[in-house]
Amino acid sequence: MIFLVPDFPWEIIVVALPLAGALVCFLWPRHASLLALIAALGVAGAVSGLGWEITTHGPQRYAIGGWGAPLGIDLYSDGLSLSMLAISALVGLGVSIYACGYFDSQKARHFWPLWLFLWAALNALFVAADIFNLYVTLELLGLAAVALVALAGGAEALGAAMRYLLVSLLGSLIYLFGVALLYHGSGSVDIMILAQRVESGPAAWTAMGLMSAGLLLKTALFPLHFWLPPAHASAPAPVSALLSALVVKGSFYIFLRLWLEIFMDLGASPGQLVGILGAAAVLWGGIQALRQTRLKMLIAYSTISQLGYLFMAFAITGITAWTGMLYLLLSHALAKAAMFMAAGNILHFGGHDRIAELDRVAQRLPLTLAAFSLAGISIIGLPPSGGFIAKWLLLEAALDSEQWWWVVVLMLGGLLAAGYIFKVIGHAFTQADLSHEARAVPANMEWAALTLACAAILLGFLVPAVTLLIDIGSPFDARYAG
Amino acid sequence: MNWNSALPLLIVGSSLLPGIVIFFLAEERVVARTALNMTGALVKMVLVGFMLWGVYYGEQFEIRIPMLPDLDLVLRAGPLAMLLVTLSSVLWLVTTIYAIGYLENSPHRSRFFGFFSLCVTATVGLSLAGNLLTFLLFYELLTLATYPLIVHRGTEVARLAGRNYLAYTLAGGALLLLSTVWLYSLSGTLEFTTRGFLSGLDDTHHPALILIFIMMIAGLGVKAALIPLHGWLPQAMVAPAPVSALLHAVAVVKAGAFGIVRVVHDVYGIEFASSLGVTLPLAIVASATIIYGSLRALFQVDLKRLLAFSTVSQVSYIALGVALAEPVATIGGLVHLVHQGVQKITLFFCAGNLAETLGIHKISEMRGVGRRMPWTMAAFSIGAFGMIGAPPLTGFVSKWYLGSGALEAGLDWVVLVLAASSLLNAAYFLPILHAAWFKSPPDSWPQEHKFGRRETAWALLAPTLITATLTLILGLFATAPISPLEWVRFIASRGFTP
Repeated sequence: MIFLVPDFPWEIIVVALPLAGALVCFLWPRHASLLALIAALGVAGAVSGLGWEITTHGPQRYAIGGWGAPLGIDLYSDGLSLSMLAISALVGLGVSIYACGYFDSQKARHFWPLWLFLWAALNALFVAADIFNLYVTLELLGLAAVALVALAGGAEALGAAMRYLLVSLLGSLIYLFGVALLYHGSGSVDIMILAQRVESGPAAWTAMGLMSAGLLLKTALFPLHFWLPPAHASAPAPVSALLSALVVKGSFYIFLRLWLEIFMDLGASPGQLVGILGAAAVLWGGIQALRQTRLKMLIAYSTISQLGYLFMAFAITGITAWTGMLYLLLSHALAKAAMFMAAGNILHFGGHDRIAELDRVAQRLPLTLAAFSLAGISIIGLPPSGGFIAKWLLLEAALDSEQWWWVVVLMLGGLLAAGYIFKVIGHAFTQADLSHEARAVPANMEWAALTLACAAILLGFLVPAVTLLIDIGSPFDARYAG
Repeated sequence: MNWNSALPLLIVGSSLLPGIVIFFLAEERVVARTALNMTGALVKMVLVGFMLWGVYYGEQFEIRIPMLPDLDLVLRAGPLAMLLVTLSSVLWLVTTIYAIGYLENSPHRSRFFGFFSLCVTATVGLSLAGNLLTFLLFYELLTLATYPLIVHRGTEVARLAGRNYLAYTLAGGALLLLSTVWLYSLSGTLEFTTRGFLSGLDDTHHPALILIFIMMIAGLGVKAALIPLHGWLPQAMVAPAPVSALLHAVAVVKAGAFGIVRVVHDVYGIEFASSLGVTLPLAIVASATIIYGSLRALFQVDLKRLLAFSTVSQVSYIALGVALAEPVATIGGLVHLVHQGVQKITLFFCAGNLAETLGIHKISEMRGVGRRMPWTMAAFSIGAFGMIGAPPLTGFVSKWYLGSGALEAGLDWVVLVLAASSLLNAAYFLPILHAAWFKSPPDSWPQEHKFGRRETAWALLAPTLITATLTLILGLFATAPISPLEWVRFIASRGFTP
């Protein structure tokens, strides 16, 4: 088969296909959802193709137009990029199916092109090999995300979108300053070349500080998280799912990449500081989530808490911690998408998301409630979910290196999560005394949520496969073998 | 996959699959649901029978599923595992019949039976667990599966009881998780081994091992209702009677007690645990729980709450037997796992019968009930005498072994604890029996339902009589070749001889 020759440019396809899909959906809005579903399936197929290529032939570097770095644009994909692409494909497919039932035709004609455009930007980000391309994709991702938030309409959503836009632009701008500094110092933007050329010194440290600050702002690390809850909570449900599950992971991925390839070598790298902020995020996000009275706000604060775990790995370090971190990233993507979808169903059905009055709604949506609960199990980190594996690995890494304080945070974070998840579920079993005007929820919306939630649980059984996958190209091993 | 590795999976699956299917059944499909429930329960019984037979003849049943790097999910059938597996599969069958009768025409039955099956799946899974990771997995699953059963009634009281239950058990689970990972990071294995896997560790780790032991016992003690971690149990009485019966006899409290047995015997090893000096404190906590539970039971006015405190007391016999670190006492503790199960489930069935038939919830309302419901009260009497430890019933057998073992270990005060407990048990059960049999009944019962000429529905009465008969038989024929006692001796003979 011609498509399976080793140097078939799957990297290009995973970017070009959603982009083409966005264009087609824009041109034929009446068939947008069908076209988008076809595009989504295509992207999933292309990611599988890339996965096949990488697992059989190792990490791939593709020079667009044959120019190659430092003149042309390179695309690079290894196990880390592949796992990000794969999780995006899975969540993206789920969101696409969900969105088919969610939007009215007026909003759908805006949603589909924007979402596919966002997907293209995200995939491009995951295969970008240089820090300038990362900037471009980050900017595009942010713009698409802001437009999607604004899609909800209304003063609340527009205000949140405006704040989101400003934060997004500010973050990218700060990051761009860092890029300029690095380029000035070493004459290249290619990550691999930078990894060899950048030398420790005030200029490099400044660049690192700027780039990190911009990226952490966009990833909503405590205390830079203020913009996230309103933006994620006021967006339409499929958009909330995308933002929490995938979009914040985009800037996080850049931070992780740069950290592993460049920053770690600079000395004086603030791993402990990032870890402490992460720990603070875990606790602060958990406490805030516990205090919320609206379901979507609760889920949004839960995202802040969960993102905190990712950053704790930078302080714990070691391959076990990195694996745990990646596991958390993947399972959180699935679980949080499922959770926002479930919240969307509840909102659609009962017209509100006040937690104290959920009993009148939740009991009549068993599938949605099951989705929420299963996703919650992964978020809390109970076995046998993906979240459990992540927490186990992080605990193990912290205990192996005798860093007790992280252990305490990990345990407290889990208990807080249990608190806010069961705060919601507890209301599902109380008898409803008031019948409610209800709008039926389309089956695809319930099943999409449930499927993603089940995937988050099943992820717990896929450790051998996932560890094999992320070992390709040894993104984590380069400097911390063993 | 061959038969020997498929069997543990099938035994776990025989309640998991029906449970999942039941979730999707419509509420009114009573026949399909009942058929699924009964088929699952019967299939499990048959499979467990096969496995018992195989284990007795030294057959190996094991399956490994890779989960974490270098750490598998392991289901393995050993003699100790079979004790709880058999108990739970037998009592599941009986309780299922009871629950079908009990919940007739009440709402949310598909949800109830779905979680009910998950609950048994978790219990069987944690009994068959071959390492701490697998145990932890099913232990947490049990927490999650019982929560909806406790809040099943959907009242505000039930919601709060459920919240309390979760607060206790999830915190306990977190402690267990932490101590398990810590143990793994110290020893590099979690595999249950006869005589434990920790004695080879360096002396410098001993303080850490003591701390881990305390955390593990605390994590397990929540479910085993050791004081001061028992607070959730009396509150959980808002659950429907079959749930209380299962919770108290096989599922939750037994999971905790069984876990303590596993930790002391197969993780630390009894000799190593004694040399660390952690078994005596455990014995003291267990003894304190035995006395405290009985004392609290004495002052209850609500029948189910009385039974709950009685459970707090009785389950600690198991922990006590293990903590005495002496073979005969261990036999007494382990056999009580089974004996307490059949006794307590009988008592809870009776309490459910009284509540459903006559609306009796309070002890004061039981005057003369023996004449109105003779069969139920006969069963209740058997269970109560078993609890008191009157010979030749099951409770006596357990206490006899516990006492002899304590004397053997040179801990004479334990005999006093046992005697005091028996006296206290008598002090709260005998007045009830006296009132029920010898006082004249009131003119009308709080809320009476008629069931034709029978005293109550057959689906409620039959399970009660079955478990009461079991209590009798297990006590009378304690030394018969296939009794739990003989099986426990079989376990002990493998665990204690070098």
